[in-house]
Amino acid sequence: PPTAEILSYACAGCHGTNGASAGPSMPSLAGQSKVFFIDAMKKFKSGERSGTVMTRLVKGYSDEQIVAMADFFAKQKPAAQTTAVDPALVAQGKVVYDNACKRCHLENGKEFEEDTPVVAGQWLKYLQIQMGEFRDGKRKISEKKAEKVKSLTAAEWEAAAHFYASQK
Amino acid sequence: ATTNKAGARKVVVIGGGYGGTIAAKYLRMQDPTIEVTLIERNDHFISCPFSNLYIGGLLPDLSSLTIKYDQLAANHGIKVVQAEVTGIDAKAHIVKTSAGDFPYEKCVVSPGIEFRTNEIKGYDDQIMPHAWKAGPQTVLLRKQLEAMKPGGTVVLSIPLAPFRCPPGPYERTSMIAMYLKQHKPGSKIIVLDANPDIVSKKGLFLKGWKKHYQGIIDYRPAKKVTEVDNKNMTVLIEGIEEVKGDVINIIPPQKAGHIAHVAGLVGPDGKWCPVRSFDFESRNHPDIHVIGDSSIAGAMPKSGYSANSEAKVCATNIVAMMNGRKMTEMSAINTCYSYLSATEAVSVTGVYRVNASSQAIEAVPGSVGVSADLSETEAMYAESWIKNILVEMST
Ligand SMILES: Cc1cc2nc3c(=O)[nH]c(=O)nc-3n(C[C@H](O)[C@H](O)[C@H](O)COP(=O)(O)OP(=O)(O)OC[C@H]3O[C@@H](n4cnc5c(N)ncnc54)[C@H](O)[C@@H]3O)c2cc1C
Ligand code: HEC
Ligand code: HEC
Repeated sequence: PPTAEILSYACAGCHGTNGASAGPSMPSLAGQSKVFFIDAMKKFKSGERSGTVMTRLVKGYSDEQIVAMADFFAKQKPAAQTTAVDPALVAQGKVVYDNACKRCHLENGKEFEEDTPVVAGQWLKYLQIQMGEFRDGKRKISEKKAEKVKSLTAAEWEAAAHFYASQK
Repeated sequence: ATTNKAGARKVVVIGGGYGGTIAAKYLRMQDPTIEVTLIERNDHFISCPFSNLYIGGLLPDLSSLTIKYDQLAANHGIKVVQAEVTGIDAKAHIVKTSAGDFPYEKCVVSPGIEFRTNEIKGYDDQIMPHAWKAGPQTVLLRKQLEAMKPGGTVVLSIPLAPFRCPPGPYERTSMIAMYLKQHKPGSKIIVLDANPDIVSKKGLFLKGWKKHYQGIIDYRPAKKVTEVDNKNMTVLIEGIEEVKGDVINIIPPQKAGHIAHVAGLVGPDGKWCPVRSFDFESRNHPDIHVIGDSSIAGAMPKSGYSANSEAKVCATNIVAMMNGRKMTEMSAINTCYSYLSATEAVSVTGVYRVNASSQAIEAVPGSVGVSADLSETEAMYAESWIKNILVEMST
């Protein structure tokens, strides 16, 4: 069978060498939580998570191959995004984070547990696209999370995006 | 196969484009004890992907599509040599170049394409540019469009498949139509396609053309251009039917890069290079591997993404062989984004493997597909794709 390396190298044409994306909207995979990665791929496969290319590409891989790639990318050195963030929004985002996100996205989004992804240092544009999809209902939010975030305004989401992106 | 001593633990990579840069990089990433020399005729490389956006006026110049080799060389310890490769002595394991001889244990060849201009009588790329290798040709085509009078006619000729980038000519059509709509009112583009139908993403291109370019695009299938008249600016279809244009963009039929022919790597079809599917070793010569557009890679289309992915498979298995390790089965991806308008793009994707019984490269069932619709989100991701793949090639 194909090795974890050869499977994962093929993704780098979009996600960057070893999953460190050069941006500005393509997500980095380097250092991502293994549990979240596997979960995301399974959701792309079942159609539970909407996507563009991923919902099609994922059909080319078995569950074992997805686990092998999750393992590969989890081991890679995380890369931080380099888009300029707005310091005022970062400060507002910190407040949003402390109130509504902290319980799950630990350590300013740098740490993960269970199926929560690393969001710290993710590309700003990607965070904005994904938050937009959460807001529009295109990407599902778990009930537990919905309770915390359902009353957030678009401006608060935007601030949170700047806050996460600012974390190294 | 016999290896000459001077070439021991040396790999020579020919061509610093989509395939060659990645092969060199992934060889060194996986085994820094191997000496890797990348030989390229130019001191820079200009990407064909996204060059249609420049032709359509969405990019001011080609600088964002241009890479240099200094960082790649420094980061990975690759020796980059600017020279013309003139031959390969397969028996002696020596690559011959304008800058001298380079002995090798393994050689990777990724020279892109050459044109079969002999199949179009009278063809002159200074009058009817192909713009199918990015650079001066691309600039020439844009200048010709800019100089054209409003109400003029552009003719675009598409060769029979297989050619570099199956959706490329239809993206080109869209970008030229967009330019005409904005800047040259009353103009149109006549597309003469040698193929019986649109080769790639047909439904999406037709949808986009209907939405944006009604009355501007005149698409004519099964029209093979065989001759041109440079003085009268006309093309001849099958030697009889005449079509006149103010700007004529001829994409000639193609074959493997010139050096692949010189080195005896081309198969019985006289055009492309047959290879072993799991490591891209030439069927004609041991220890020479052919990747990218020049190779016959089964179901994988001739694209930059394919060349990138093939290079990794090839490099990984060369490293395995040179270290007496077991080779891996291949797994590769192709993705090709095409722009339909300034803000909308579509994509085709596929995951590829080797079929265990036929040993041919095939698509993993279910993995090949195109976008559901024209998409602004995909245009945003496409911009990041070109950035990422060019950064991957140059750092
Ligand atoms: C208009 C257009 C749009 C495209 N869009 C896309 C797209 O969106 N996505 C996609 O995936 N693909 C796209 N492609 C296809 C893509 O450009 C090719 O498939 C890709 O470049 C192939 O890589 P390669 O390594 O085989 O050749 P190339 O990238 O062409 O590299 C070959 C290199 O070898 C060098 N060389 C050749 N012979 C010699 C010699 N004898 N000595 C020294 N150096 C030599 C050349 O100078 C060149 O730098 C597009 C193509 C075109 C024309
Ligand atoms: C052609 C581009 C492309 C290729 C190739 C590609 N991806 Fe993606 N990836 C994307 C895009 C775009 C997204 C955002 C979701 C979408 O639109 O499909 C994404 C999202 C993801 C996500 C979710 C990340 C997050 O934080 O939400 C994972 C996991 C992922 N990709 C893994 C992979 C793996 C594994 C491969 C290779 C087997 C791969 N990708 C190949 C473009 C690509
Ligand atoms: C109850 C737990 C919980 C809370 C509270 C929570 N999240 Fe999440 N978040 C998750 C989980 C789990 C995922 C992965 C979900 C999925 O992919 O379906 C996620 C995914 C995300 C993503 C997508 C990242 C990616 O790479 O795809 C973003 C962005 C995000 N959350 C932002 C926020 C913000 C901003 C807040 C607070 C305003 C917040 N989250 C609060 C659990 C939570």
